Order: sequence, then C-alpha cells, then structure tokens
Amino acid sequence: MQATLAFILGLPARVPRRLRGWVLPVLLLLFWWAAVRFAWTDSKLLVSVAQVWERAVEQTTSGALWEGLRASLWRDLAGFAIGASAGLVFGAALGLSRLLENLVGPSFHTVKQISLFAWVPLISVWFGLGDSAKVAFLSLAAFFPVALNTFEGIRGVPREFIEVAQVFRLTRLQWLTKVVLPAASPSIFTGLHLGLIYAWLATLGAEYLLVSGKGIGNTMIDGRENFWMDLVVFGMIVVGVVGFILNWAAGLIETRLLAWRGSTLARY
Amino acid sequence: MIIDATLPETGRLAHVPSAAAPDRPQAWRQGWRWRPVPLAPWLTRLLLSWPFPLALLALWALAARYEWIAPQVLPAPQVVAHTFADLARSGELFDHLKISLIRVFAGFALGCAAGLTLGVAMGLSRVFKDYVYPLFRAVSQVPVLGWLPLLMLLLGIDETLKVVLIAKAALVPIAMNTYKGLENVPAQYVEVAQVFGLSRRQLLWKVVFPAALAPIWNGIRYGLTHAWLALVVVELLASSEGLGFMIVYGRQLFQLDLVLAAVVVVGIVGYLMDKTLALIEARLLGWRRAGF
Repeated sequence: MQATLAFILGLPARVPRRLRGWVLPVLLLLFWWAAVRFAWTDSKLLVSVAQVWERAVEQTTSGALWEGLRASLWRDLAGFAIGASAGLVFGAALGLSRLLENLVGPSFHTVKQISLFAWVPLISVWFGLGDSAKVAFLSLAAFFPVALNTFEGIRGVPREFIEVAQVFRLTRLQWLTKVVLPAASPSIFTGLHLGLIYAWLATLGAEYLLVSGKGIGNTMIDGRENFWMDLVVFGMIVVGVVGFILNWAAGLIETRLLAWRGSTLARY
Repeated sequence: MIIDATLPETGRLAHVPSAAAPDRPQAWRQGWRWRPVPLAPWLTRLLLSWPFPLALLALWALAARYEWIAPQVLPAPQVVAHTFADLARSGELFDHLKISLIRVFAGFALGCAAGLTLGVAMGLSRVFKDYVYPLFRAVSQVPVLGWLPLLMLLLGIDETLKVVLIAKAALVPIAMNTYKGLENVPAQYVEVAQVFGLSRRQLLWKVVFPAALAPIWNGIRYGLTHAWLALVVVELLASSEGLGFMIVYGRQLFQLDLVLAAVVVVGIVGYLMDKTLALIEARLLGWRRAGF
C-alpha cells in the first residue's frame, strides 16, 4: 500500500523533463474536450475546440482579423512612438538638469501615481472617441515608464565615467552621446520595453473604453456582447501572441543594441 | 502609477553635473548651471517644487476665468475644489471609496495568497516548476485586459468578476518575483548554511526566505499597483458604484468637475498604498542596509 502511494507520488519526477511542461496544457485541453464531448453543462458558453478553430479560420480568411489587428497595431506603434520620444526627451532633461528636476520632478512623480486608465474619460472629453484620443492615451501609457527609466538611468551613471570624460576634455555633445547615453542605455531600454508592454495593455483598454472603430479589442467586445465565446477565446489567443511577439522583438533589439557591452561573465 | 520599482535602488545615484574643481575643463558647464543659494538641500527642493504646479494652476484658473477653454471641457479649479468638498461633506465620496477599497483588498489578498503559494512552490520544487512554469508563462502573456471579456462571459459583471480580475492582476507579478527571488538566492548562502548544519526548515526560514525577501516584496508592491490599475478599469467598464463608476458617471453627465475630483482621489489612494508598502519595506528590510 505504502509502496503504491510512494510510486504514485514519485511519478511526476519520473517524467522526462522536456515533456513536463506539456502535461498541464494537454490535461486542460483534454478536460475541455471532455466537457464538450460528454456535455457536462449545456451552457451556451461552452464552445468546442473545433468551433474556436473554425472561427479562427473564418476570421483569418475573411480578413476581419487582419483589419482589426492592423488598426490596433498601427495605433499601438504610433502612440508608443510619440509617448516614448516625449518620455526620452523629458527623462533626459530631468536627468541632466538638477534645476529642472527640482522644478518639475515632484509634479511628475505625483501625476504618475494616477492610475493610467483614470485618464481615459478625461481624454475622451478632450480628444473625442476616435483615433486621436486613443493615440493620445497610448502615448501617455508609454510616456511614464520611458521618462522614469531614462531619468533614473542618467542619474545612475557612475561618477567615474563623468570624470574620465572630463580628463579627455570631451565636448558637451560628445560627453552626452559617447558617455552619458551609452552608460544609461540599459535602463533606457528597460523603460522602452516597459513602455511597449504598457502601450499594448493600453491599446486594449482604449478599445474597450472608447468603443468606436476597429481593433482587436473591439472584436472581443463584439464577441462578448453577442455571447460568441469562440470569438472571445480566439481574440484572447491573438492578444497573447501579439504581446509575446512585441516582447520578444523588444528583447531581441535590446540584446543586439546592447551587445557592445559584452558579457563580463566568466572573464574574471 | 505602475512604473515604480522597475529598477532596484542602486544606491549609487551620482550627481551628473558634479561640483567642478577649478583646474578642470568645465567652463562649458558652468555657463548654464544654476548656482544654488546656500540653503539646506531639502529646503531648496521644497521651495523649487512649488512654482511649476502653482503656475499650471494659475494658468488653468486664468483659462477658466477668461473662457479660453469651454467650461464643459475644463471646469475652473475652484469648481472642482467645490465639488470635491461637496462630495466629501455628503459622504458620497467615502462611500464610493470604501467600496473600491474593499474590492481592491479582497482581490489583492486573494491574488497575494495564491501568488505567494505558487511562487514559493515553483521556487522550492524543481519538479513542480517544470510542470507549471510553462503554462504560467503562457497565461501571463495575455494582459489582464485580455481576460476581461472572457471573465465577463463566465462570471457575469458583479463582484466576483471584479475580485477575480484584481486577483489575477496581482497574482502574476507576485508569483513571478517570488519564484525569481527564490531561484536567485546565492548558492554560497546555502553552502554556508550546510556547513553550519542547519535543518531544512532552518535553512528556509533563516537563509532562503530572508535572502529572497527583497524581490518578493518588490513583487508585492507591483502586485498592489497592478491591482489598483485593474480595479479602475473594471469599475470604468462594469460597475454601478466605486471610484471608477464616479468617473464614468461624471463623464456621461459631462460634469468634468466630478471626473477630475474622482481622478485626484484615485491618484491619492494609489500614492498612499505604494507609500505604505514602501514604509513597511523599510522596516522589514532595514536590517539589510545596516551592512553597508
């Protein structure tokens, strides 16, 4: 009896490591399939895997997916570009000038405490419900993390670097582009990366809250209103995949651009 | 907002425009550098922090006074202050605030408990991590808002939805940071503990958990800010009470003074929650700084 119990408890550790990650997803899918197959509930919300797949094929081939995705991504990137550039300039200015930091910093740190989505109703009054409001909101979402991390990155430049720059008698421009910005770049990239993530989150939020026009968020809202569970599940998968790709691309660019730093690992 | 605690304090915040020794080639900096009157630094900071917001406020008041902007689009600051005082006096504000706070704490408590359990289990058991981590990563790729339509269909739009969504928002960063924190405990610490012959329980409570406390606490702070963010969204979308509802309601009636007052409260509460956690952190982790 005890031997059996020990055997069962030891079972998970016997599965080869590479397969372990697949066990839970497969079990979940099986459970889902069984729930549909044996009709455990008759709720309309229980859709089959096949239905989701059909919906996916229909959305992809009819072009509805691409249309929504293009609208969302365009807004996402436009908002990110505006917000990130503003954040870079603002963060750099604040990082380079103590006076500016003392003047504007406290206000900035106060305003950034306001939960992001609380801005949406205000923005909708100021910019309407169309694309300009959404892009304005996305810029705001990207602005805060980029500005904050740029500021902190520049403030974190070691004093020794600055002293070396003085010894080499660099001009102010050289000092900025050859010393300060490269030294602050890891933190700046962290900010850009975070900005990208928040902009994507805000893209969805903007489409839920400022309902008008096309977008992947609107697709999901449609699905919810019509009780099309298959569309909602499909939308979720698309949102997850897009988020993953944005994340991955940002990580890749970051590694490439920061490759000059090299790895100090195993050099000591 | 949400971006706090992205980078741990390095403790080496260098002053970029450093004080120049006279023989150094620094003339190009001195031209524009502001030379402070020799006041205590905190006093300078305090004094300098006021002109900018006050100027904005003055501009806002003037814009409203001379109707450069329509009052429906930007009500005068005194109107906002008046609305704020009215809401506070009638108790309406506190009723909404109370409901929002109950929701956020219920969701956060749930998410925190689940996140800590999950994170500790993944951090301590290799086998458990192998099974659960890939699924956890996949699930956390979908942002909180991606789950909203699904949860609305499954749970309806009442309290359960709000608490579950907030819990989900808090769970991911807490579980992730707990797991990473436990994983990154330096091997040397564990070796020292083994040399001292600590039991497994002692090892966990005296070495591993204290060493991982900083990242875990960071995760909890993140979790709370995410929970607050999720609360505002879900109240904006589906609620008939709470701070988010106040904002939507004011927006629908085109009463921007109401909207602005509620936004200010949202900001203050978010700030206070983060500050409280930072204070607790200073207490909890105070022992770490003593070494330096």
